[in-house]
Amino acid sequence: MNQLASMKNFKKYIPLMKELITRDLKVKYRRSVLGYLWSLLNPLMMMAILTMIFSQIFRFNIPNYPLYLICGQTLWSFFNESTNQAMYSVLYNGALLKKVYIPKYIFPVSRVLSSFVTMSFSLLAIVIVLLVTRTPLHWTILLFPVPLVFLLLFSIGVGMVLSALSVYFRDVVHLYSVVTLAWMYMTPIFYSLDIVPEKVAFLIRCNPMYHYITFFRELLLYGQIPTAGVWIFCGISSLGALAIGVLIFRKLQRNFILYL
Amino acid sequence: MTQNIIEINHVDMRFNLAEEKTDTIKEYFVKLLRGKLHFSEFYAVKDVSFNIKKGESVALIGRNGSGKSTLLKIIAGVLYPSSGSVSVHGSIAPLIELGAGFDMELTARENIYLNGAVLGFDRDFMNQHFQEIIEFSELQQFVDVPVKNYSSGMIARLGFSIATIVKADVLVVDEILAVGDYKFQQKCHERMSQLLAGGTTLLFVSHSEEQVKELCQKAIWLDHGKAMAIGDVDEVYRAYHQATD
Repeated sequence: MNQLASMKNFKKYIPLMKELITRDLKVKYRRSVLGYLWSLLNPLMMMAILTMIFSQIFRFNIPNYPLYLICGQTLWSFFNESTNQAMYSVLYNGALLKKVYIPKYIFPVSRVLSSFVTMSFSLLAIVIVLLVTRTPLHWTILLFPVPLVFLLLFSIGVGMVLSALSVYFRDVVHLYSVVTLAWMYMTPIFYSLDIVPEKVAFLIRCNPMYHYITFFRELLLYGQIPTAGVWIFCGISSLGALAIGVLIFRKLQRNFILYL
Repeated sequence: MTQNIIEINHVDMRFNLAEEKTDTIKEYFVKLLRGKLHFSEFYAVKDVSFNIKKGESVALIGRNGSGKSTLLKIIAGVLYPSSGSVSVHGSIAPLIELGAGFDMELTARENIYLNGAVLGFDRDFMNQHFQEIIEFSELQQFVDVPVKNYSSGMIARLGFSIATIVKADVLVVDEILAVGDYKFQQKCHERMSQLLAGGTTLLFVSHSEEQVKELCQKAIWLDHGKAMAIGDVDEVYRAYHQATD
């Protein structure tokens, strides 16, 4: 009964979801001359700089380093941006929440989705790198949406937890910036897993982000389909994060209004 | 036979005064350890029950801090009552109140679409009514100015125009007419009368007895969160004046 009502509710709020996503995209590039082009330029420029640093100065020996790098970097920056934005989403929309009933999960979810749209523009940057580096194209490339969907669900879950907690404790906001820094270094974005000591490598293998990124790279760079174990790990971690996010959010949302 | 559109049964709204000040995790645990978390309780609304029928216009009256706005927020679904039940059979327009419910960074144009979407209306519907909203609010010149640059009167105009154009079943108006200039007050008044004639249910908070009597048939007098009198506007005002004078 309740479930049915909330499904119906969801349909009613699709226009709102669309409106919030377009708002995010508009605000993001407001008053910049190049606008959406930045979604393309930004990852390319970052890649160029990081490639210079890590292949010239630190001399990492990873074949097709630019592509290796931009794959990891695109997925990571999506995760980083979307969860950070989601964290503030309920706080920022306090004015609206105080005025009219809206299902509150709309805010973190729409934030993550708008980052997802931005990331889709950035995928074009990956295509450019694929072409420029003359990487042989494998048919496995067609499966590229799979790891992205895993990542999307995972980010929604994490975003929901953060957005709910940050309403009660603003400390979460400060803490999370440190957590993401540690998390970034624990994710092989610019290095590969072979160069880290075994103890650390074990830790990194527990990191879902490592698996989503590796999944994506296997498809694009190496033309391989990941083993069943990887699929299962990715599936469980993303759905698990989503479930935990929904549970915590539902439990906490009732009293949001008192803390906004 | 007219049906109840709003049913309120034994609604309590309890605020925890100490709890609200806990903003950081450290503070939270310090208080938890000292057993000081659920500190003093405050009832903003206490055991209020009433029904409102479709098409009725009801005023909430009472002194500042008597729980009027809290009750409106509960009805609008913004606050959850601590106990009791509220059921509303129909759509509710965004609470029109002083201060904004807008995204300050966005322009009036964008806020109109956003607010429409909040009520479940898509772009097509809002496109059809966009002109009407702008004309009513008389903000033609400022459509593409971010709302943060608006005056409070302008924000109130915009809020009122949006909330009344979408023709929700219930309109909730919290002391908005206090900021508009005289002419705009007249316009709002006319618009509300029109909506009432069209079957909209109105919930109205105002400190102006004149306005209340013009618009509403029924009134509910709240004092310290309790409903002291419910009924015909004139009778409730009589009781109210007797008690306060």
